[in-house]
Amino acid sequence: MTNLVIAEHEEGELKGATFNTVAAAQAIGGETHLLVAGSGCAAVADAAAKVEGVAKVLLADSAEFDRSIAENLAPLIVGLAGGYSHVLAPATTFGKNVMPRVAAMLDVQQISEITAVVSDDTFDRPIYAGNAIATVQSTDAVKVITVRATGFDPVAPEGGSAAVEAVDGTGDAGLTKFISAEISKSERPELTAARIVISGGRGMQSGDNFAMLEKVADKLGAAVGASRAAVDAGFVPNDYQVGQTGKIVAPDLYIAVGISGAIQHLAGMKDSKVIVAINKDEEAPIFQVADYGIVGDLFNLVPELEAELD
Amino acid sequence: MKVLVPVKRVIDYNVKIRVKADQTGVETANVKMSMNPFDEISIEEAIRMKEAGTATEIIAASIGPQQCQETIRTALAMGADRGILVQTDAEVEPLAVAKILKALAEKESPQVVIAGKQAIDDDSNQTGQMLAALLGWSQATYASKIELGDGKATVIREVDGGLETIEVSLPTVVTTDLRLNEPRYASLPNIMKAKKKPIDVMSPEDLGVDISPRLKTLKVIDPPKRESGVIVETIAELVDKLKNEAKVI
Repeated sequence: MTNLVIAEHEEGELKGATFNTVAAAQAIGGETHLLVAGSGCAAVADAAAKVEGVAKVLLADSAEFDRSIAENLAPLIVGLAGGYSHVLAPATTFGKNVMPRVAAMLDVQQISEITAVVSDDTFDRPIYAGNAIATVQSTDAVKVITVRATGFDPVAPEGGSAAVEAVDGTGDAGLTKFISAEISKSERPELTAARIVISGGRGMQSGDNFAMLEKVADKLGAAVGASRAAVDAGFVPNDYQVGQTGKIVAPDLYIAVGISGAIQHLAGMKDSKVIVAINKDEEAPIFQVADYGIVGDLFNLVPELEAELD
Repeated sequence: MKVLVPVKRVIDYNVKIRVKADQTGVETANVKMSMNPFDEISIEEAIRMKEAGTATEIIAASIGPQQCQETIRTALAMGADRGILVQTDAEVEPLAVAKILKALAEKESPQVVIAGKQAIDDDSNQTGQMLAALLGWSQATYASKIELGDGKATVIREVDGGLETIEVSLPTVVTTDLRLNEPRYASLPNIMKAKKKPIDVMSPEDLGVDISPRLKTLKVIDPPKRESGVIVETIAELVDKLKNEAKVI
């Protein structure tokens, strides 16, 4: 049994969810190989070779793999899949975009967003926005899987010494062209990788008021998120969104400020280790999942919190 | 230019899910069913293409039991031109759905298939990408803006770090994200008119598609419950508890 993990990387670095995906592969058992596909990504392959528990790195360094265009990546992965029992990728917009294409080409029913490995053919996955957990068994010869990062503790980025083996490109399918990207730049950690997250909801009243949360975030080394209501109200961009329709996070500490706790938001953060809720409405459903709640006006409490952290 | 839009009948997004006591699935008897919200966005986008003069005909297709006719009628009342029901009482997995849609696409030759990025019941997020793969077409997932050009489309995609713009060749499969548009409500006259629009009914066998499942659902259970916590009175008390009790800061 050998697993192939598709690495996600950006600007010469492995993305965090790759380490959780390797952990999922190791929970399945057998050897784990890591595929690094991209253009000018030899340095990423060297980093991948050091990841704990990786036995081999496959490096596909060719122009058509730039920007992870699914129509170009899928034939590469399909070509390699024959040698593997399981092919896994993180359930990020990268993995979710390319893996179903791979699965269909292999005539395999993909298993999406697994949160636990029961055995080498049986996995747990949330359905209905995490309001139920299904245990599913695959009858396909090759298992094509996406992994929800919050279900698995990441492996260490150091400690391995795998060999790097080059694989050939597969050519440009000529279907899709990358034009541009508008990626939010922030000094703060990425939402899905942060140890602490502080999120604001409709109660924040405006985008400007998120500056209060940013001050707290900077003192805690936290990422800043938002509920869908805050995104829909135009306070912050969509990539801040935590919830069923946004990002799924499970940090050590999640601070929900002015968030009522709609089911769709809870689906994105209820696996956090410790949840704090700050809300003026003591009946707000967020208090039912919070470990610590404080009822009051956030416009007084948040600056107080910032001062108290000095 | 024809546009094909798959629409799925799912438990309404406002309904609180109940897991069956025998752990075989979730309760669907006497539960309100609606069109998957992402599919409403897809229908709306197709209608806007027709209003802009780029699309000429919108076909809404659903796969499932006879009651999916209601879901198709909703699409027709919004503004789709005709419907196709591929009728089966079996559970159909995304790969089989994609195979059925491929057969329909080959019959109807649409230039664009607009699908929801995921259905809110099984949360698979697979069908659009699988359909594009089976047809050998381009794919543009998680679209927040679609601009049709000559033989191509420019699509803005919602990705984890922000936004990405790509250009795809036609024919293509686009999957819709939340911010693409706000779906309209069907007006009463349009609901009446929709009753006269045609719905073709066929079976997966008619299309030559094998829908036997590849996954076995062994059980479905409730997610672990969180113990409810404590209400603290002051920020000082909160910070003290986070430092000394929870030890997270």
